[in-house]
Amino acid sequence: MAIADNLRGQKRAAMTGNEAVAYGMKQIEPDVVAAYPITPQTDIVEKFSSYVADGEVDTEFVTVESEHSAMSATVGAAAAGVRAMTATSSNGLAFMWEVVYIASGSRLPIVMPVVNRALSGPINIHCDHSDTMGTRDSGWIQLYSESAQEAYDNLIQAVRIAEHPDVRLPVMVMQDGFITSHGMENLNVLEDDLVKKFIGTFKSENPLLQVNKPTTFGPLDLQDFYFEHKRQQVEGMEHAKKVIVDIAKEYEELTGRQYSYFESYRLDDAEVAIVVLSSTAGTTKVVVDELREQGLKVGLLKPRVLRPFPAEEYADALKHLKAVAVMDRSETFSTNGGPVFSELRSAMFELEERPLMTNYIFGLGGRDIWTKDIKGVYEDLFEIAKTGQVKNKVNYLGVRD
Amino acid sequence: MSKQKPGWRDIPEGGLIINPGSAEEYKTGDWRNKRPVFDADKCIQCMLCWIYCPDNAINLDEGKVIGIDYDHCKGCGICVVECPDRAAALSLEDEHKKNEETE
Amino acid sequence: MANLKEMATRESRLTGGHRLCSGCGAPVVVKQILAGTKKPVVVGAATGCLEVGTTIYPYTAWKTPFIHSAFENSAATMSGVETAYRAMKKKGAIEEDVKFVVFAGDGGSYDIGFQSLSGAMERGHNLVYVVYDNEAYMNTGVQRSSSTPLGAATTTSPAGKKMAAKSRPKKDLTSIMVAHNIPYVAQVSPSHWSDTVRKAEKAFEQDGPAFINAMSPCPLGWPHEADQTIELAKLAVDTCYWPLFEVENGEWRLTYKPKKKRPLTDWLELQGRFKHLFKPENKHIIDQLQASVDQKWEALLDKTGRK
Repeated sequence: MAIADNLRGQKRAAMTGNEAVAYGMKQIEPDVVAAYPITPQTDIVEKFSSYVADGEVDTEFVTVESEHSAMSATVGAAAAGVRAMTATSSNGLAFMWEVVYIASGSRLPIVMPVVNRALSGPINIHCDHSDTMGTRDSGWIQLYSESAQEAYDNLIQAVRIAEHPDVRLPVMVMQDGFITSHGMENLNVLEDDLVKKFIGTFKSENPLLQVNKPTTFGPLDLQDFYFEHKRQQVEGMEHAKKVIVDIAKEYEELTGRQYSYFESYRLDDAEVAIVVLSSTAGTTKVVVDELREQGLKVGLLKPRVLRPFPAEEYADALKHLKAVAVMDRSETFSTNGGPVFSELRSAMFELEERPLMTNYIFGLGGRDIWTKDIKGVYEDLFEIAKTGQVKNKVNYLGVRD
Repeated sequence: MSKQKPGWRDIPEGGLIINPGSAEEYKTGDWRNKRPVFDADKCIQCMLCWIYCPDNAINLDEGKVIGIDYDHCKGCGICVVECPDRAAALSLEDEHKKNEETE
Repeated sequence: MANLKEMATRESRLTGGHRLCSGCGAPVVVKQILAGTKKPVVVGAATGCLEVGTTIYPYTAWKTPFIHSAFENSAATMSGVETAYRAMKKKGAIEEDVKFVVFAGDGGSYDIGFQSLSGAMERGHNLVYVVYDNEAYMNTGVQRSSSTPLGAATTTSPAGKKMAAKSRPKKDLTSIMVAHNIPYVAQVSPSHWSDTVRKAEKAFEQDGPAFINAMSPCPLGWPHEADQTIELAKLAVDTCYWPLFEVENGEWRLTYKPKKKRPLTDWLELQGRFKHLFKPENKHIIDQLQASVDQKWEALLDKTGRK
C-alpha cells in the first residue's frame, strides 16, 4: 500500500478493496470492532488487527469466536452507546443472520463491510451476491460498490447515514469478493482529520451504559407493540432515502466524487440498457464505450442503494428505454428471475409505457463474466427492441448446457 | 389497560423500555389461590422470607419485615415453608376463603 | 459480607410484577447474585424464562440497565457491552465503576449458547456469567437439555414404554468452565443464600471472567410444589447431587459439607420427572444415579483436600 500526497485533503493510494475498507475503518476509528475472519474478507480483519497492534487506532478489537458472536458483540457495544463495527462475507453473514435482524430491530447504527461471496453449498469462496441478497429484508441499508474507491467512499458515508437521528439503522457496504477485495487499485483517500470531521462523534439517544437512567433493551414484544416497532423501522428507511442523498452531496463537496441511489452511464439517450451491480458494472462500461463507438445507443444503470429501494427513481431512470436487461449475480430460486430483476420489474409497473425487460443470471460462484458475454446481452436487447418480444424472461449467462 | 395504546410515533424506537421497574404496575397478585398471612408479633426478623421470595413481595420498612405485598405475591408459599419453625410468623390460607370473608 | 438486614435496605434491582411462575427459582438466584455488589450493574440475559418473564413490553422488572438479544449469544452480547465500557472508560466517557452480569438458563449455556459462553470466558472479559440451571428447556415447555440428569422425564425424553426418560448423564459445565482457566468458578444453590452472596461478591471483584452455576428448581418442569423450591435446592446440596464449591485461580475449595450425606432418593422422590424411576424395573437407574453422585462427590473431596 503506497500513499502519495495530493490536493484537497486527499491522498492517492494503491490499495486492494479490503485494504481500502480497513483503512477507512482505521480513519473512522470505531470504539469497538468485533470481527471474525472469513475468505475473502480476512484481510480486513488482519489489517485492522495490525492497526490495533501498532497503536495506529484507538479501538477495542474483540477477537470473537464466530460471526454470530461478532454481530452479537457489535450489537452489545452499539447498544452500550459507542460506535461499533464488524465485517464479514458469505457464510459468515449467514451465520450471524439472526443477530443481523436484531441489530436493525434494535435501531443500532452499526456499519458492516461485506465482501460478497457465494453461499454454500457446495462451498465456494468466490464472488456472487447470494449472501447479501438474502439479507435484503433484514432492515439494513445496503450500499453496493463497484470499486475499492466506492467501497471506501460508501463506508465513510455509511457512518453518517446509519447514525442520522432520522434513520438510526445499520448499513452494510458491499464489494465483490476477490475481484474488488483483492484487486489492487489506485484510489483517493481522505486525510484522517477530514474523515473525523465528516463523521463527527456518535451520540446514542438511550445508551445502555447510562447507569442513572436504566434502559431495558430487547424485551419480549408481543402482538400489541411489535407491529408498531416494525412500522417505525419502515419510517427510518423512508427517511434514509433523503439522508443518503443529502450525505452524498456533502461528501461530494468534500471529495468531488458524486454519489446517488445509482449511477447512470450513457443512459440518457440510450435505447437499451443493462442494469448490473458492483464490479461487473465496470466491465459493462467498457462494453458500452465500445458499442457507442459503433454508434449503438447502449447504456448502463448501476444500482448503489438497494435498501431502501427508491423504486420511483429507478423507474424514472429506465422508463425511456426500449429494452432493459437486469443482470443478477444471485438466484432467488423462484423460477421467476433474480432479486434485482424482480424488484426493478415491479418498480416499472406504474409506468404507462414500460421497457421490455429480461433477466440474466450470471457469475454464480465466481464464474467469470466476459465482455463478449455482455456484448451478447446488448445484442439480445436490440433484438427484443426490434421484435417487441422477450423470448426468455430469465436467461443463464455463462453456464454450460 | 382500558385506554388506547400508543401509536408507533409515540413510543421509543427499537423496543426500548425507558421506565425502569415498570413491571411493578403489573399486578400478579391475582394469580394467587393461597395467600401468606404475616404475624408481626411472631416475626423474629431473620429476613429469610425476603431473601427467598421470588416476587419481591415481602414488604419492608427500614430493613424490617412488615408484611406481604399482595399486589405482587403469587402465593407460592416459599416464605411460609422457609419461615423458621421457632417463629412460624407466616401461614397460608385459601385466597377464595379470604375473598368470601370480605364479601 | 453484608447481612440480610443491610442487603434488604438496598433498592431491589429486580422488582415484583414479573411474570415468572409462582415459586420460580430463577428470580431468587438473581436476587442473591445481585446482592453480591453495591456497584452499578448491567444485566444481560439469554432468551429464556427469566428474560421473557421480566421484560414483557411495555413492562420491565429491571431497575438496572438490561440487555437481551438472543438465546445463544448472551455472553457475546455482554462481551460487546463490557468492551464498550472499557473503550468509554479509557476515553473518560464514563466515570462509574460498573459491573457486568449475564443470567442464562441451562439451554442458553450448556447447549445453544455453549460456544458464545466459551468464547467470552476465553477472551477474558470482565463479566460474571450465571447459569440458573433448571435442567431442561423450561421456557418452551420442558424439553431435555444436556443438563437434564439421567433418567429425568421431559417432553422430549418422556418415560415411555421402551425408554425410561433421558438415557444420557448430565453434562458437567462447571468443570468445563474450570478448564477455561478463568479466575473464578463456583457452584451455588439459592437455599444457601450466604454462600451464594459471598461467591457473587468474589465473582464481581475478579479482574476477569467469573462463572457461577446456580441450581434453580422449577415447579413447572421438575415438577414440584411451588413452596418446595428452596427445600429442593437444599436437598440437591445435602444429597451431594449439587455440591457447593469454588475454584479460585485453579484452587478447588469445598464451601459446604453436609453433616450427613442424604440418599439421592430423598431429592428424587419429590419430583414428578423421576416418578417412573421408582418402579421396580427402573431401580438400576436410581442405582446408577446414586453411584454417579458418590463417585463425583469423592472426586470433589479429593480435589478440595477434604477427604
